[in-house]
Amino acid sequence: MSKSEAITLQTFTQGLWKENPVFVMMLGLCPVLAVTNTAMNSLAMGVATTFVLVCSGFLVSLLRHVIPKQVRIASYIIIIATFVTMADYLIQAISLDLYQALGAFIQLIVVNCIILGRAEAYASKNGPLKAVVNGAGMGLGFTFALLCLGVVREVLGSGSLFGLQVMPDAFQPWSIFVLPPGAFFVLAFWLMLFAWIEERKRKGGKAA
Amino acid sequence: MNPGSAPAIFLDAFLINNFVLAMFLGICPFLGVSGKVKTAGNMGMAVTFVMIVSSLCAFGINKLLVRYDLEFLRLICFIAVIASAVQLVEMTIKKFSPALFRALGIFLPLITTNCAILGLALFQTAREYSLVQSIAFSLGAGAGFSLALLLMAGLREKLDLADLPGVARGAALTLILAGMLSLAFMGFAGLGG
Repeated sequence: MSKSEAITLQTFTQGLWKENPVFVMMLGLCPVLAVTNTAMNSLAMGVATTFVLVCSGFLVSLLRHVIPKQVRIASYIIIIATFVTMADYLIQAISLDLYQALGAFIQLIVVNCIILGRAEAYASKNGPLKAVVNGAGMGLGFTFALLCLGVVREVLGSGSLFGLQVMPDAFQPWSIFVLPPGAFFVLAFWLMLFAWIEERKRKGGKAA
Repeated sequence: MNPGSAPAIFLDAFLINNFVLAMFLGICPFLGVSGKVKTAGNMGMAVTFVMIVSSLCAFGINKLLVRYDLEFLRLICFIAVIASAVQLVEMTIKKFSPALFRALGIFLPLITTNCAILGLALFQTAREYSLVQSIAFSLGAGAGFSLALLLMAGLREKLDLADLPGVARGAALTLILAGMLSLAFMGFAGLGG
């Protein structure tokens, strides 16, 4: 990873596609599978995670010369836990329904490996501004992945999107998709799709 | 069976609401360490042990926090306790079985960021389990995690030799297998109820 260059568009877009935390690096899969039964839950989870990513990235980056190397992981976790507690109370204040739907998974953002991974691999080595931009990109990439799953699962599993009915009345919802096994299957198919696109790209590159 | 009794809680966490396959907790090690049956078994034991220790600690800490009205510190305290418990297990394994220590590799310190452990502490607090219930819950969750890990490792060892299309290899295949296991575990719903 480049260390001392200026903030570029790439700092931001890195997390969106090339190093997408879910589809490429396979990190933070627990919330991806658990809360994506509706598109709304996915969006809320994505926003909450982005908030924690950006804030903790900023603080870790500011304190990167202060924190002794030996206790850095513990310090990062405390910083992250602080922001997660904030997000937890914020969501509770904004929408109690959403809070109940997401349940313990808001607090479990603490152990989302994406956030600790970014703190260790990026924020602790770069300036605050870069860390924020990179965190926002990663967060958006994560939200994108959550929505990919949430949209498919909600449309097929309950015939609606963001709570609005999109499928005709005659459509019989495939309830398997909102149940746990559906999450595994949908993620597997997205992964296959992305692997297929990458393979096509590689083959196309060789032919050209 | 009375839903609050210890055996019922154990069964619920072990089979009906399996931590990995129904609640999606601890997916990272589930996908990462399930390549070999032997490593999977050891990982399962390590996680179960950390679960029991951290569940007990979490129970005590929660009592203390509630007493002094400091519930907002719960998350920070839990994660600190779990990190220390993992460190303890790591040192113990390193001392008594260096081979096992090498086999588990990076996944041992990563137990800290295993959501199954923190999830367990959070769920037992949210459901206001007593001490006995908490122990049953952590035993069930640990056994459930180990079972899922072992099943998956067994399947993957067999499928190493299967002829698959390139795009389905690796993570996608593992996830489809997990989906099927999850489907099978749904059959346990209503068990003991």
